[in-house]
Amino acid sequence: MTTVTASRAGLPARLRSARPEGWAGTAVAALIVLFLLIALIAPVLLAHGSPYTINLQQTLLPPSLSHPFGTDDAGRGLYTRVVYGARESLGIGLGATGLAMGIAILLGFVGGLAGGLVDTVISRVLEVAFAFPVLLLALLLIAIRGPSVNTEIFAVGIGSAPGYARMVRGQVLSVRQAEYIGAAGALGHGRLAVIRRHLFPNAMRPMVAVITLGVGQSIVWASGLAFLGLGVAPPSPEWGALLDSGRMYITTAWWLEILPGAVIVLVALSVTSLGRKLQHRLEGAAR
Amino acid sequence: MSGAPLSTVTEATVAVASLRPSARPVARTVRRVLVKIVTAVFVLVAAASVTFFAQFLVPGSPAAAILNQQNGRAQQWSAAQLAPVNREFGFNRPLIVQYLDYIGGLFHGNLGTSYTQFKPVTQVIGDELLPSLVLTVTALVVAWVLAIVVTLLTVKRRPVISSLGSTWEAFTASLPTYWVGVVLLVVFAVEVRIFPVIGGTSFMGTVLPVLTLAIPLAGFLGQVTRDEFEKVLDQPFITTARTRGMGDTAVRLVHALRHAVLPAVTLSGWALGALVSGAVIVENLFGRPGIGQVLVNAVNTRDIPTVSGVVLVVAAVYVVANLLVDVTYVLIDPRMRAQ
Amino acid sequence: MTTSAEAEQESTGEERTNTPAAAALLTVENLRVSFGDAEVVKGISLAAWPGRCLAIVGESGSGKSVTARTLVGLTGPGSRVSADRIEFAGHDLSRQSERSWRAIRGRDIGFILQDALVSLDQLRRVGDEISEPLKLHGWGTRASRRERTVELLGSVGVPEPEVRVRQRPYELSGGLRQRALIASAIALDPKLLVADEPTTALDVTIQAQVLDLLAESKARGRSVILISHDLSVVARLADEVIVMRGGEVVERGPAQQVLHQPRHSYTRALLDAIPSSRTRGTRLVRPADGEQPARRARPAAERTRPVLEARSLTKVFRGPDRVDRTVVDDVSFELFKGETLGIVGESGSGKTTAARMALALLEPTSGQALLNGERWSALPSAKRRPLRKRIGVIYQDPLSSFDPRWAVGRILTDALGTGGRPPASGAEARRRAIRLLEQVGLGRQHLDAAPLRLSGGQRQRVAIARALAPEPAVIVCDEPVSALDVSIQAQVLDLLTELQDELGVSYLFISHDLGVIHHMSDRILVMNEGRVVESGPARDVFERPQHPYTKRLLSALPRLAQA
Repeated sequence: MTTVTASRAGLPARLRSARPEGWAGTAVAALIVLFLLIALIAPVLLAHGSPYTINLQQTLLPPSLSHPFGTDDAGRGLYTRVVYGARESLGIGLGATGLAMGIAILLGFVGGLAGGLVDTVISRVLEVAFAFPVLLLALLLIAIRGPSVNTEIFAVGIGSAPGYARMVRGQVLSVRQAEYIGAAGALGHGRLAVIRRHLFPNAMRPMVAVITLGVGQSIVWASGLAFLGLGVAPPSPEWGALLDSGRMYITTAWWLEILPGAVIVLVALSVTSLGRKLQHRLEGAAR
Repeated sequence: MSGAPLSTVTEATVAVASLRPSARPVARTVRRVLVKIVTAVFVLVAAASVTFFAQFLVPGSPAAAILNQQNGRAQQWSAAQLAPVNREFGFNRPLIVQYLDYIGGLFHGNLGTSYTQFKPVTQVIGDELLPSLVLTVTALVVAWVLAIVVTLLTVKRRPVISSLGSTWEAFTASLPTYWVGVVLLVVFAVEVRIFPVIGGTSFMGTVLPVLTLAIPLAGFLGQVTRDEFEKVLDQPFITTARTRGMGDTAVRLVHALRHAVLPAVTLSGWALGALVSGAVIVENLFGRPGIGQVLVNAVNTRDIPTVSGVVLVVAAVYVVANLLVDVTYVLIDPRMRAQ
Repeated sequence: MTTSAEAEQESTGEERTNTPAAAALLTVENLRVSFGDAEVVKGISLAAWPGRCLAIVGESGSGKSVTARTLVGLTGPGSRVSADRIEFAGHDLSRQSERSWRAIRGRDIGFILQDALVSLDQLRRVGDEISEPLKLHGWGTRASRRERTVELLGSVGVPEPEVRVRQRPYELSGGLRQRALIASAIALDPKLLVADEPTTALDVTIQAQVLDLLAESKARGRSVILISHDLSVVARLADEVIVMRGGEVVERGPAQQVLHQPRHSYTRALLDAIPSSRTRGTRLVRPADGEQPARRARPAAERTRPVLEARSLTKVFRGPDRVDRTVVDDVSFELFKGETLGIVGESGSGKTTAARMALALLEPTSGQALLNGERWSALPSAKRRPLRKRIGVIYQDPLSSFDPRWAVGRILTDALGTGGRPPASGAEARRRAIRLLEQVGLGRQHLDAAPLRLSGGQRQRVAIARALAPEPAVIVCDEPVSALDVSIQAQVLDLLTELQDELGVSYLFISHDLGVIHHMSDRILVMNEGRVVESGPARDVFERPQHPYTKRLLSALPRLAQA
């Protein structure tokens, strides 16, 4: 009915001025992600020295030209440590998101497609899972298994899975009802073929932005755990660990705590924003 | 994480369009509320089951874990050494008995006994619960106020203002709790010295922790409300109101607002759960008493029952909050009553 | 260009002689509206008188809705409005502040939008919506407003108004909702009523009731401006008619003249494009030379064995409240080779559900469908799949029936490769896809187009091409033209007719539009509340309806009585 209304009503063909894409913002985000990639592959290009070298003559120096982020209590350059920590932090983020998405796709598709009792059971399970906030579930898991990188990945992954699962299931349910799914069946395609060719790609399309958002969020959560002292052990330059060790210097050497946090925020924001742009681009390709 | 709630005006109304008014709307609503309560209880029991079995996931036996903790190191324990611990905590009973005992205990408010403090978990959590609740509920209220104010002021106005509002919300929504806390702490407590660094539960000492929790949540709620608001303002019934001679401000307040806040109301239940997560960090950062501190200590000492207890309490709060939200939603959006 | 100017001049002259003694309530001269760089209304003039109805007719993109909204100052953000003269009841409206507009809206000029389902606030009570204009303009006290609201609701023909006032719009049926919307527009008895497509998307019987209400207002001396794309709706109410196309007025004059002796070729084409029982067997779109090609004499439909047969199809749904609803009740029909069977009914009649069962996309509760005399709906789906190539579908909204990621070429080659035939590869597939496109009046340049970029008519052509790809014997057309403008609808209907002549394909044609059904069908099935109430050859059903429901449907049909 809505279609009839819209086409017949002769609504003013309003020429929406193409929203200025904020190209400046995109450029900055792209730059940051570029930095991130270089930090992953060849950190030596971005920072000099080693993140582990101790230099007791240069402890707790504020940011300066030679040490853009200042130095920590062991005289190590914070900037260098941040650059080298990218690998571990991103690894945790990707690992956790990968695990979460895997679980989510499994549960979401099985529930959304099977319907009936299976779907009800899965929905209930998700409901119960939702009762556990991510951080708390992570803490429970750490209490059981002890803090380590793998536990972090596992914990954040399991914790964030229900949220994604719900989204995937919602997508599956709505795509299932689309006219083109029925049309494909009417043409004579078998059920599995329809799922493979139409349902899966269309249901997963909007998830691109969600995945990038998830990577950002996972990094944030993992660093949150580290902040509480439950993350990776020093002297790792993993960002969360940096937060952990910087805590006691909040009042005296603020840069040790705020700058790594700022880096985390910037990376999370950039990855998310680029993901959203990518999403728009993908959807726009059909336009 | 924006959960993309689905209630747009047209979708919901078209879905409801063919329904006839039910004969006894009150009885139906009561029945639906009862169903929700029963579901909530079920969810809690299921959650408790998860936490119960969690303690058996510890490598080795629970008794060994306790002894390890007591002695500060992990080692092999002989059966003779484990026996008294097993007896004391009841680990030697059949699993099903332990399980039923646990669940039954829940209904009496018994959450088990702490491994490290040898007190009932409820006692360990006890006094610490109130400050945390105060913190989270206050933060939720503040977040709502912030979100609505910012959204109302900036939605669909001159492009500059609108994009300012949405950028602010997107930015604050992605800020990690600890970072906001640290920045606020450094700026307002260390540099400018308005608020105390460690404030305990005093009013002044609560301001920064509340803001730390409220600002990111306000960003998130604001985003959701803003998206819905923009959609609603394009709907024909808004135009109808204008053709009657209604002014812009009145249209936003009288007609659009009620529709726009629906998704955010739905999310408030989830939001409370997320706030508790944040509270753990905030209490830790600001040295504020609360279950967050209890939790972190318990995790550090591998005190599973306490950790489980806290998690379960939080789950209960979350479930109750969602229940209240569901009921509120039905009151605000009478279309749901007809379904 | 010259033609429309000429026509304008002539009709303006005639118009003057018909002007009643009373002064024009609204006068608009040389109105121009643009959004950004695009000019949407290009200098039109119009006038409205008390007790008379001016109709503005046009298809989508004609600028009629924009014009309507400009009359209440709600053109929309980003618009630029200019005019030599906009005068209403002696006031100059061309330079109004927002505040003075607010005083006029609702009180002096009332506006009725289409589709009360989305034009009323679903979260507020009907009474509040109706009394809102009263409140905004400071009318009466709370108690007197309540009284007046009940009165108003009763005056528009809503039964039990005291009860309805406390209900919400979604609790009312479609017809009552639309009346409530009208009640809110006439609450302060404005001198001018502007109705923007007030009857679109309504069932025919409700359409008639809404038009009666507007006629009532007219009779009371109010001026009505009616915007519509539907010429037959306009015929019932209008005194003067303006035809708009591309932002310009191409014809104007008294309704009698414009609708029966149109001067402009566009108006003539619009009128010709309306399908009805009169146009059966002819092309709706006249080619440029004006010659009507004789319809190829079709071989009498072979009545040996039906290509598609339904035997006592019944479908019962169990609702969430455990109440069984019989949506389709014992429906049977036969469709023979080369003919069109039309199924007509209002919304909720079960026609779409019956079609889905005939397509074996929905399991019947009882009864069965047979394809070419063989079991069809009773087959297990695996056995049925290879047979699907014999029956195709066209939907009301082609866009939603295409995978949003696919371009036209992919959509067609996908359809070519089904039904157990080996999927054509690469160049061969492209060749066949192009052939299909040409068959439906498109070309190779559309192969790589995204459906989103095509117009409504083009999309439907692609949908038809896709349905033709497996060379089916039957095509089920489910409201295929309901969402299209009249002129585009005519083209698509002509295409379907041509294809039937060429290929001998049978159509199961479903529509709520009686005119379309009568134009297309050889035989007709009338459905109401899940049952077939009447069936027979098209001419019989139209001229000698037996069942009271059919009679009611036909009498409610707004028609252009030919002079």
